[in-house]
Amino acid sequence: MNFSLFLTELWNARMNLLAGLGDTVLISVASVLLGTFLGVFVGLAMTYGNKPTRFGVRLYIDFLRGTPVFVLILACFYILSVVGLDLSAFQAGVLALTMFCSSHVGEIVRGALKAIPAGQTEAAKSIGLTFGQTFAYVLLPQALRQILPTWVNTATEIVKASTLLSIIGVVELLLATQQVISRTYLSLEFYLFVGFVYFILNFLIEQAGRAVERRISIP
Amino acid sequence: MSPILTITDLHKSFGDLEVLKGIDMTMQKGDVVSLIGSSGSGKTTLLRCVNLLEDFERGSIELDGEAIGYRHEGSERRRLSERHIARQRAMTGMAFQQFNLFPHMTAIRNVMLGLTKTKKMAKDEAYAIAEKWLERVGMIERRDHFPGQLSGGQQQRVAIARAIAMNPRIMLFDEVTSALDPELVKEVLAVVRDLADDGMTMLLVTHEMRFARDVSSKVVFMHHGRIHEEGPPEQIFGAPETDRLRGFLANSEM
Repeated sequence: MNFSLFLTELWNARMNLLAGLGDTVLISVASVLLGTFLGVFVGLAMTYGNKPTRFGVRLYIDFLRGTPVFVLILACFYILSVVGLDLSAFQAGVLALTMFCSSHVGEIVRGALKAIPAGQTEAAKSIGLTFGQTFAYVLLPQALRQILPTWVNTATEIVKASTLLSIIGVVELLLATQQVISRTYLSLEFYLFVGFVYFILNFLIEQAGRAVERRISIP
Repeated sequence: MSPILTITDLHKSFGDLEVLKGIDMTMQKGDVVSLIGSSGSGKTTLLRCVNLLEDFERGSIELDGEAIGYRHEGSERRRLSERHIARQRAMTGMAFQQFNLFPHMTAIRNVMLGLTKTKKMAKDEAYAIAEKWLERVGMIERRDHFPGQLSGGQQQRVAIARAIAMNPRIMLFDEVTSALDPELVKEVLAVVRDLADDGMTMLLVTHEMRFARDVSSKVVFMHHGRIHEEGPPEQIFGAPETDRLRGFLANSEM
């Protein structure tokens, strides 16, 4: 391993790698935010929807969770263009990861809402709160606390899954790194390096999650 | 004086099981009525119907002259809107067996929630009222504690303050001491008694026979979804008329 050569090449490739890292972060943040937003509604529909709604949403969740993310990404990229929806590789990838994330978040939101005792809703009703108020002030704050650790885990899964977007040509961190490798042939060094960067990203997410968890924990 | 609560021919079923088979009852302002009876007699269901936590198929409940839960259009009976029902629920206060405090809020925030959200009060006004009631139930020093930091008896006292701060026409108590350790029962009963002495209209489901005898203006013995015997406590406990009530009292601790 030629360390000084690696450092020189790393410095030369810094703009490309940073751009890749930027895309990875952008893809992950967008997918997690959109997926969580969608997932909360999926969870709500699973909990409070009527039978046909629950059936439809259950189908959505099971289909997404039973399909490899990789297949999902390819499907979004290739199939949607056939039916006339022309998405860029970036957009198709974010769409796939958003759907994947929403199915996970939907499931954990459903579980968290179900775990709240019925007495909480009854107590809220008995002081005259409407359903919307009950949800906003009583159920959601309790559900969010319960969801947080699993949700952070989902976020790190999304960061890792974002590497799959390299297959459809999105130059995120992994593909940017591979492009550098194909020019420099320093595969061992750069793969080690990029692995370490992913580790740092997820480590930071987990630490942030723990910090928030500590802050909002109920005595 | 017109009654605060009028229940007429109330019927309620869970599926095929009829739990209330025609209940008639009236309460005047300041009345303290205890519902007693073995489990499955329908007393808790009756209480939950008054708070509209259960719907009912037949009969009516009037609170301060207002029919609650349903309206009649000709021969059709319709459930009122969610918003309307929410407003009517706030006319009654309910204390639960399991306290049901909101675990993510401090004691005082638990009491304030209904005031700020249902009654749309300003924060400082709600805070002052919440303080007043926490003081009344002896919990003012623990106002910033979370439910998880309080004993069962303390939680129940906060829960009672939360209900009564809404200024309900009638307070409903659903076995409020059943989930408590024996040494904590007394402090909660003292709060309930204090409210009764103050002229609060109360309907309570209880297994504490001695307490029911001391505090009630009327005792109602329920059996199999019907009112089996009712009367002043001296009569119910001193001279029960039916075998069933005698049998029930013989099996209850006094």
